[in-house]
Formats: sequence, C-alpha cells, structure tokens
Amino acid sequence: MSEPSTSVLTPVLTDTWDADRSWKLATYEDAGGYEGLRKALTMEPGDVVQAVKDSGLRGRGGAGFPTGMKWGFLPPPDGGPRYLVVNADESEPGTCKDIPLMLASPQHLVEGVIITSYAIGCHHAFIYVRGEVLHVYRRLQAAVQEAYDAGYLGKDVLGSGYDLEVTVHAGAGAYICGEETALLDSLEGLRGQPRLKPPFPAVAGLYARPTVVNNVESIASVPAIVARGADWFASMGTGKSQGHGLFSLSGHVTRPGQYEAPLGITLRELLDLAGGVRAGHRLKFWTPGGSSTPIFTDEHLDVPLDYESVGAAGSMLGTRALQIFDDTVCVVRAVSRWTDFYAHESCGKCTPCREGTYWLKQVLHRIEAGQGTEGDLDLLLDLCDNILGRSFCALGDGATSPVTSSIQLFREEYQAHIDGGGCPFDPSRSALFDYTPRSRRTPALAGTGGH
Amino acid sequence: MTATTSTTQSGTPPVETVTCTIDEIEVTVPKGTLIIRAAEQVGIQIPRFCDHPLLAPAGACRQCLVEVAMPDREGNVRPMPKPQASCTMEVTPGMVVKTQRTSPVAEKAQHGVMELLLMNHPLDCPVCDKGGECPLQNQAMTNGRSTSRFEDVKRTFPKPIAISTEILLDRERCVLCQRCTRFSEEIAGDAFIALQERGAMQQIGRFDEAVLDYAPPPGEHRAATPVDRPHGVALPDTSGLPFSSYFSGNTVQICPVGALTGAAYRFRSRPFDLVSTPSIGEHDSCGSAIRIDHRRGVVLRRLSGDDPAVNEEWITDKDRFAFTWQSAPDRITTPLVRDRTLDRYGRVVARGELRPASWVEALELAAEGLTDARDARGVGVLTGGRLTAEDAYAWSRFARTVLRTDDVDQRARVHSEEEARFLAHAVAGTGVGVTFGDLEKAPHVLLAGLEAEEEAGVTFLRLRKGVLRNGVKVWSVAPFATRGLARLEGTLLPAAPGTEAEWLGSLATRAAGAPLPADVGAGTLDAVAGGLAEPGSVILVGERLAASPGAYTEALRLAAATGARLAWIPRRAGERGGVEAGLLPGLLPGGRPLSDPAARAEVAAAWGVDADALPAEPGLDTGGILDALSVGQLSGVVVGGLELADLPDPQHARRALEAASWVVSLEVRRSEVTELADVVLPVAPPAERAGSFWNWEGRVRPFGQALESSALPDHRVLHQLAGYLGVDLGADEPLAAHRAIGALPAWRGERAPAPAAAQVEPPPVAPGTAVLAAWHLLLDDGALQDGEQFLAGTAKRPVARMSAVTAAAADVFDGDLVTVSTDRGAITLPVAITEMVDHVVWLPLASRGCRVHAQLGASPGDVVRVAPAAGDAVVVEGARTDHTDGGAA
Repeated sequence: MSEPSTSVLTPVLTDTWDADRSWKLATYEDAGGYEGLRKALTMEPGDVVQAVKDSGLRGRGGAGFPTGMKWGFLPPPDGGPRYLVVNADESEPGTCKDIPLMLASPQHLVEGVIITSYAIGCHHAFIYVRGEVLHVYRRLQAAVQEAYDAGYLGKDVLGSGYDLEVTVHAGAGAYICGEETALLDSLEGLRGQPRLKPPFPAVAGLYARPTVVNNVESIASVPAIVARGADWFASMGTGKSQGHGLFSLSGHVTRPGQYEAPLGITLRELLDLAGGVRAGHRLKFWTPGGSSTPIFTDEHLDVPLDYESVGAAGSMLGTRALQIFDDTVCVVRAVSRWTDFYAHESCGKCTPCREGTYWLKQVLHRIEAGQGTEGDLDLLLDLCDNILGRSFCALGDGATSPVTSSIQLFREEYQAHIDGGGCPFDPSRSALFDYTPRSRRTPALAGTGGH
Repeated sequence: MTATTSTTQSGTPPVETVTCTIDEIEVTVPKGTLIIRAAEQVGIQIPRFCDHPLLAPAGACRQCLVEVAMPDREGNVRPMPKPQASCTMEVTPGMVVKTQRTSPVAEKAQHGVMELLLMNHPLDCPVCDKGGECPLQNQAMTNGRSTSRFEDVKRTFPKPIAISTEILLDRERCVLCQRCTRFSEEIAGDAFIALQERGAMQQIGRFDEAVLDYAPPPGEHRAATPVDRPHGVALPDTSGLPFSSYFSGNTVQICPVGALTGAAYRFRSRPFDLVSTPSIGEHDSCGSAIRIDHRRGVVLRRLSGDDPAVNEEWITDKDRFAFTWQSAPDRITTPLVRDRTLDRYGRVVARGELRPASWVEALELAAEGLTDARDARGVGVLTGGRLTAEDAYAWSRFARTVLRTDDVDQRARVHSEEEARFLAHAVAGTGVGVTFGDLEKAPHVLLAGLEAEEEAGVTFLRLRKGVLRNGVKVWSVAPFATRGLARLEGTLLPAAPGTEAEWLGSLATRAAGAPLPADVGAGTLDAVAGGLAEPGSVILVGERLAASPGAYTEALRLAAATGARLAWIPRRAGERGGVEAGLLPGLLPGGRPLSDPAARAEVAAAWGVDADALPAEPGLDTGGILDALSVGQLSGVVVGGLELADLPDPQHARRALEAASWVVSLEVRRSEVTELADVVLPVAPPAERAGSFWNWEGRVRPFGQALESSALPDHRVLHQLAGYLGVDLGADEPLAAHRAIGALPAWRGERAPAPAAAQVEPPPVAPGTAVLAAWHLLLDDGALQDGEQFLAGTAKRPVARMSAVTAAAADVFDGDLVTVSTDRGAITLPVAITEMVDHVVWLPLASRGCRVHAQLGASPGDVVRVAPAAGDAVVVEGARTDHTDGGAA
C-alpha cells in the first residue's frame, strides 16, 4: 500500500497478518497477545463487562447491538451452566472478514473467547464455524490446542482458578445457521431453523441455558479493549459507532481485501486505499454491508460507514462487506444471482421467505431472459413488501433488500430487459478474467426451484 | 381411602388476567393468553394454519399476522414496526391489536401470505379428501386475494408417500405448518416424520438415508430383531425403526390441508355429503369423544371429538379407524333358532343348523328354554365387557329378577375372586374419582398391571402431557420397560408376572414405616412410597392384576398407607359400567353388596320385586359358571357380546357351552358363541343405537344413535325376552333404560369389605421353562378390528421377548425362532432380546398368529416351556421378521 497514505488505517486485528506464521501462538504473544487476558484475570468479571460497555463496542455481525449490553442481559448466576457461543458461520455473499481473521490470526478470537467467558461466568464456550471452510476449522482447532497447551485454556487458566473449555464445532453449511437461534439448534444437533423468541438466548439459549452469542470480530476485539482500555477503543470511530472494524472490499476493485479502519470511513477513502475501481471503468453500484443491505451507487461514496450514517442513507452497515460493481455489470443479473442464493438458503420454516424467494427467483430469471412482462416490476416490489417484515427471521428481509433497492435505483435497466426482450449487457465483460460464457439458455422455465 | 369426592379444590387462587383491546373491543383474558385466542374470545377469527391450541406455538405459516401496539414505559401506546404473528405473542396489559378487520396492513400481510401459500399448492381440490372442509380452501375464500399473480412454474413432488399402510402423504399439498411433526413429538412422542431439505424443497418426510446423507448400513448384516414392528409395509421413522404409531390418525385430522390422508377414507367421500354424529369410542375404557361421519347409512370415517376433560382432541387409531366390524358381512340381521332332534324321552340327540326365525318365534323359544333351564339347575349369565351402561343395568336386572340368579359375570378375561371383592369395595358406586386432569397434575403416578399405551391409549397421552408439562413422575410395575414407558420417562419396577403384589406389598409396608427384609432395594422403595405420599399422587391399576394373587389387596393397602388415590383402568369400554350395574357375583347396582339385606331391599324396591325374590347368596364368576356348565351343575347360559377366544381357557369354555342344555346368545355378529347357541338374538352395535359408556374415571359418556337401524339394543331385547318370561324389565325404551340407572344411585350403606388375599410364592422355574408374561396390544387380532386392512397393517408383529439370560438358558439368540409351548400347544415366534426380568417370556396376548389363551391354554404367570424352534416349526403368518422389506415402497 504505497501510493495513498495508509494513516487512516487502524490495524489491530490485522496487525500481524503479514508476520511470518502469523497464526501461531508465539507470533501472537510476541506482538503483545494475551496481555488482555492477564489483565482481565486481575479484574472482577463485572468490571470486564463494564469496560466493554464503556468502549462502545457494537456487534460486528451486522446488527450492531451493543456487545456489553448483550452480556448484561444474562440473568444472575443460578449455579447452572451458562454459555458463550461464537458465531463464526460467515456465509453472507460478499462478507469475508471473520474467515480471513481466523485464518491469519486465530488467537485474537481465542483470547477474546477466554476474556468474554471469564466476564460472563461461562466455563464452556463454543465456536460454531461454517462447515465449508475446513482450513479455517483446522486452524482454529490448532489454535485452541495451542492455547490449551500454553495454559490459557482448561483447568485453572493461568493459575487464576478459573476453568474454561472451548469446543470448535463445524456446521454443515447452511446460511440460516448464522441466525443465532438456528445456530444454537444446529449446535445442539437439531435441524438448523430459527427459534421462536422469546425466550431470547440470554435467558434460554444453548441447552436452554443463558447464552451469549457473539460474532467473531466482536469477540476478537475484546482483548485489545481490555489491554488498552475502553477509552482507547472509544477514541476511534464516530458518535455512536466507536472503534475499529474490518472493511472487506471485493469485486471490481484494484486491490481487494480487508482494510481495518475506524468506523465512519467512507468508501471514497477506502477505494483510494484499494487503488480504485477496476481500471477503465467507473463505479456503478455497491453494497455497504453484504448482499442483504440495500445497494448504493456512486452518489453514496462519501457516506460515512458507520451505523447511523449508512442507516440514514437508506441502507445498513451490516458486515461492512463492500462489494464493488463497475459499469459492466447488469444489475438484474447481479440481483438475480443474489436471489438465487436466498432461495437456495431459505430454511423453509416460514411461508414468506420459503415461497417468496422461490417466486422472486423465477420472476428475476424471466426478466433477465427477456421474458418479463409489464407488471413484473410492480409484482417484484409488492412481493418484497409481502416478505419484508412478515418472515420469521431476518433472512427473508435480507432477500428483499437487493431487489427493492435495485429497482428503486435502476428501474429503467429492468425495464430495458423487458422492453428489449433480453439483457443488454455482455456478462463476459464484467468478469475479472477471461472466460467463455456458458450457454445463455435460461433456466427460468425449468421451474423446479431447488438446488 | 377411595376417592369419592370430586376433584375440584376449594381455594384455587384467582386467575391473573390481562386486559387488552382487539379491533377496538376490550377483552380480558387470563395472563399468558395468545393474541389469536384472545381474539377468539370476542368473536374475531384470525386466519391460521400452524396454530393449534394443543400444540406449542410455531409461528411458521405467518398467516395470522396482525398489527400490535403496546404501551411503553411512559404509557404511550407505540405500534410495533412489523406485523406480529398473533399465534406466538401473548397479550400484555394495554396492548392494542388490529386484525385484518381494522388494519389494512394486517389484511395485506395476510393476503400476501395466502397468495404465497396458494402459489405452489395444487388446484386439485375437486379430488382432494379435504376439499369442502379445508382450512386452506376456506381461509383462501375469506382472507385471500381473488386472483393469483403467479404464472411461473409450480413445485411438484411424486405422489403420494405411504408413511404406513394407513397414512399417506401428498407433499405438494403440504403448507409446512408442522402440525403433524409437532403432534408426533409433543403429544404422541413417536416421531415418525420430520422436516427435511430446505427452502422451497423443504418437505415433510420419513427417515431416508439418501435424503439425510447417512451412510447406508453395511451389507446384509444381521440386524437386531425389530420390535414394535408393524405387520404391513411401513417406512422407517425418524429413529430408523419401522414407523409404528397408535396415534398417527390424529395427524390426518389436524392437517390443515389434504397433505396427510388416511388410506381407508382416501377418495371415498365428500365432506358435504356426510352426516356427523357425536359419539363415544367403544374400544377402550377412556370414553373418548369421537365423531361418526356417515353417508346414506354407511359409516365412512370417524374423527376425534373435542372434549377437554377426557381426550382433548386426540384419539387412538383404533378408535378412529376400527369401525368396519359394526357392518361386517357376518352381521346377524334376524333372530336365529336351532332345530333339535329329540329322542322319545325328550333328550337332545342332535343339534341342527341355525335358521332365521321371527322375533316372536325366537323369543318364545328362548323363553321356553330358559324357563326349563332355570327350573332345572339354573342359568348363568356371561355378558362380556363391552356393554353400555343401560344394557348393563338391564342385564343385571334380567339375571337377578328373571333368571333369579347371581351367577353373573361380565369378565371375559383372566379374573379372580379377589378382583371381584376389590371392585365391590373400591370401585363400584364411587362416582367420579381420579380424572384425566388429575393425572396431568399428579406428582407421582404408579402403574401396576397396566400398559397405558396399549390398554388405554388416551390415558397414555394425558399422562405424557403431564410428564412433559408438569413433571409427573411415572413408575411402572411390569416385567420390562416398554417404548411407551420410555416415552413417559417412567421408571420400571421390574416384576415377573404374578409377583406385582410383592412390589405393592413392599411399598405399602415401607410407606407404613415398617421394616423390610434386607434384600429389598430400600432406595427405590423410599422414592416410590415417598412420592406416592405427596398430595395428588395416583395409583393406576389395570385388570391384569387379577392374575397376581394379593395384588389388589396390596394396592389398597398401599393407597391407604400413602394417601395416594387409586383408580382401576380396565381395557374394555363396558367394564366400569358393568361394575356399576352389578355384573359381578355378589354385587348389586350402585356398589350394593348382595349380602347386605338393606341393599337387597333397595334394589328390590327399585325393581318392583319382593326382596326375597332376589338371590341372597353370592353366585359364580365366569370361571365358576363355565365349570358348572361343563359338569351339568348349571343347565343354561345367556351370553352377551363375548368372544370365547378372550377367555383364559377357550377350549374349556367351548366344552362348557357344548355341554349346556340351553344357550341364548345376544350378539351383533356371528361368533363362536352363536355357533353353539340354541337361540341367537341380534343386537345393535354402538353406531346403530343410543346409550352411554361409563369410562374408567367414573364419568358417564352418553352418545346418540348415528345410523338409522332396525337393530335393537341389548336392553330392549332383554326387555322383550323378560316379557315372554313374565317379568316387566322396564327397559324397553332407551330413556326408560337410562332412567333405570338413576333409580339406583350409589350405595350409602356399608361398603363391601376389602379383599384380603394372600400373596403366593411364584412357581419354581425349571430349566427350559419360563414364566409367561402377556398383555393385549392396542392393535391385535381382536374382533372389533375386523375388516380394517389398513389399520391391521400398522399392528405390531408378534415377537417373543426375553432377557439375554433367559435366551441363553433356552439356547436361542436374538432373531431366532423360539417355540413357547405347553401341553396344550405351541407358539413359534422370533426372539427379541429385551432388557427385562429373567426367566420370563413375554408374548402379545392375542395378536394375529399368537393367541396365547387359545393356543397355549395358559395365562400370564403360568410356567411355559421355551425352546429353540424345531426345523419344521410352523411360523405364524406375518410373524417372521425379514430384514429386506423395511425400506420398500
């Protein structure tokens, strides 16, 4: 990163990613790792919770709920077990922060798990890793074993008298299991479908015991907060969006990757760091936080990427997964592929999401293939209205975001597909590498749905 | 000690209520009420599919979305941003709900969901069983868009899947409400279908290795003997065992679309052609509310009724599907008489064939024969245990006043004098005692001689509800822990058949604080005895305790020592009513002891006879009557609905009836008894008459006549017959017969004394022998299941259960064929090694190919021989286990 100034970056979690064997415990310790834990063990658990509350850390999994407050929802100890479950089921299209983090520097997460468990009085923590990423699963298991061997885990952690077991569990590959209650069901060995709330996990979560479910990045941020202080963390970011976060740039960008910066940075700044949009093209649309967040265009380049500003601009900060699409991309095609994803990943529990995504998918494929009809755009919008806020969990809501926002922003492009009897774009031009497109024969009329 | 009072407790705390507003109507409901139910209270119907009042909320279908606003901390009513599922949300004080009637948002949300549900739903309503009574169809009309905008391709599935011989699944009709899967998990506990796949391909399905990506079982390995395995082809359930549920029909009834259908009813009729009559199930003593649907005089199906006090909305598959016996081809439609060839001395030299006769001829002949027999050595009365209360009273009066005998017994099963004393002392005339509701709330329930799922299905469901909701602790004195007991999370108190009295006695002794022999496990005894001493605990005893000398005596002692309430649960629908009517020797109606002159006087007054005219000496029981007939000490017998094969020794019973000089049979269908009878008088099955059953709780369960019929109920036939014998029985009209019951309310005098039978030492078990254990399975070879092939396919195949030790002693292995024999005969079945009491072999009492009484002449508690089957052993049809057809279809 030579050309633009990188001074806006705040590498904390990514600090040692370029180190030799960055994933080893020794590397982590050399960079000051586990100081946070040593400090935490000298504190009262309640003080650790308070420190995280004071830091302003908000959940990094997308919803942005204050982490310390979530911990505070646990009922007072009743002598029974309580659990920490780390949601490492990163599956959102475009989102790629937790998996690189666990691959490059898993000890951040392990230390965070230990401190958090200590803070909430948990003696058995679980890390639920997306099943498809076997390499990450192995690396995490190795990291946990290293921590056990070094005395950070197991009986009597660092001589403090505190005991903690950590189990790394691989899911079976379902997007829905990133929903916290579906994750808990899956972890219990059941079919991964969201649970009815209340009771919330804080009251009756894993095995019906009080449970905290947190995102990987949230937990991984905890050690530095404890080690360097809540004020240090709160000094970064904007008003209600404090601290640092991983911004994942992907798509038509010169140097894709994870950029760790204070919340409130803009895409313009990030694009500068990443070398800009693909050479010779200009930005057409982008997602601020993964495919479930309404899309933005180049008009939104200067929206500060914090929870409030992105929300005010009509989208969501989500997981800060910035997918960049340049002017070669057909928005109908992109939205259609995202919708395929949601139709494929809908768990099937509730009607709006199960049937709605099935229908959306067929309509979008028809439009893309030039078989759309005049009423289809209004139908899509009305369908989305019937799914959004009517489904059991947020998966259905997320499925409508790209459809609704893209029709709002690019209605004439949809209309061109309908009027012109097909897609005006050449999909091979949007590819980052040469490829021969497969037959354009549309699957729209195959109709079997499924996957 | 016997509960005679009603169970309502005074001083119940007032119910905490919540007041909210629904569509501008204020409604006050108990705290914890769901919005959808609160709306029902003010007559507002919110459309729904997944919601069911007896199942845990799911919130899956999203059809019941409404707008909700709630007061915040300052009391400002703030609307929630999204419509809420009214089936999952409880009302809170000050909540303001707007349903589709007042909220455009809610209405649009509901229309949207309905359109989505219909989008993939086939338009096959004209051929669908549910068409015309379909919640989807109805609510699509009331709460749906008039047109669909869906013009794309519908999802389809190959149809249908046969879950069992009885239940079929059409997946394309399914709206995935999960009522069926929740029922099988939450209510019956025998999950056989589950959700599979996801998204639009999500479907209800069976256990399928291919779908679930399990490794197939390696090769042709020798699997353990499948137990509880149905006769017919069945798909494996979610545990991998062949699906076998006694409650599966309920899923058909609660399915809000036509996805689950019953094979017997499929494509048979239209709901709007059916005439429905509320009725009561005749298959067990629970008295379940059912609904009989008939079309032009033919019963096409039966459904569960809705009785929150008894069966809620669930019935057994037997109560639901087993009704064809009532219209079987062997129904007797006219009286039959048998011509006889007499020698010149008037002795019978040959019995002829039965021939149809007029009522007048048959009644005259019957009366004549009965008069002769009565005046010779007397007439016994065997009524069978399936009578309505009205019939039972008429039978009782007929025996005592017309035949002037106390030789009357309803028990067509293993029975004992101790049992008769127990019933007279603790059951007859005690009114409503322990109720189903009490079972749900009892801290501890002890079962003895009772396998609730097999012998009283709805009792099992209510107990299970109590176990899951209220933590009822169940104990069972039995030879092994059945799957039913496991689903009650119950604890086995292992007892060889015939030794149940030992457990009950030890518990009673322990509860009374007396010391016990050192070898008895004191920990368990303390836990059970202590548990039973908790207020509200219940002891449930089954009729099978009659085979364990001293068991009823000890059960009474245990109840007295612990304060637990005691209830007797027989299998047959009429047995409790028969006890009330005095269809036992020594017992008059209402619990009146025959030996008590005051009691006799009351009965005589009610029946309009001289007190002296009533028999004063206790008569013979079933066994005694049969013995007396066979040796000529009784001349004749009148037999009600009774199968000889149900008696402990059918062969002996057959000889007894052959020896009787005069046999009159009142029957619905031709049976072994009618073939031996001199006069057969046809009577009406339950669907063709009104009446009432008296269920085990002591609750009278009246039912109406479903079908028009010329068939007469027992009481009317007896009334006519009595008339020919010169007695007015006062039971001609149903109303009169019913009032006759009320004429003899429960006895207030001194009750019959408690039984005081001693325990007996269990018989010695020589090598090569074992003690026989047996009980009826719910679905077996019973005559009341005749003609229902689909149901028969779900009956469990018979196996011989024994412990590994017993099997080793008999030199048989799991899955081998074993022959259980007596001097009378033998039964050969596959062995199922079961964790159970050693030196005991369990057989189903009366399953197809395994009629223990008939084939072995043995009863539970007897010692039988156990040996590997000889090479040429004949295996009963359907009993052999083959390992290949489990996953077929």
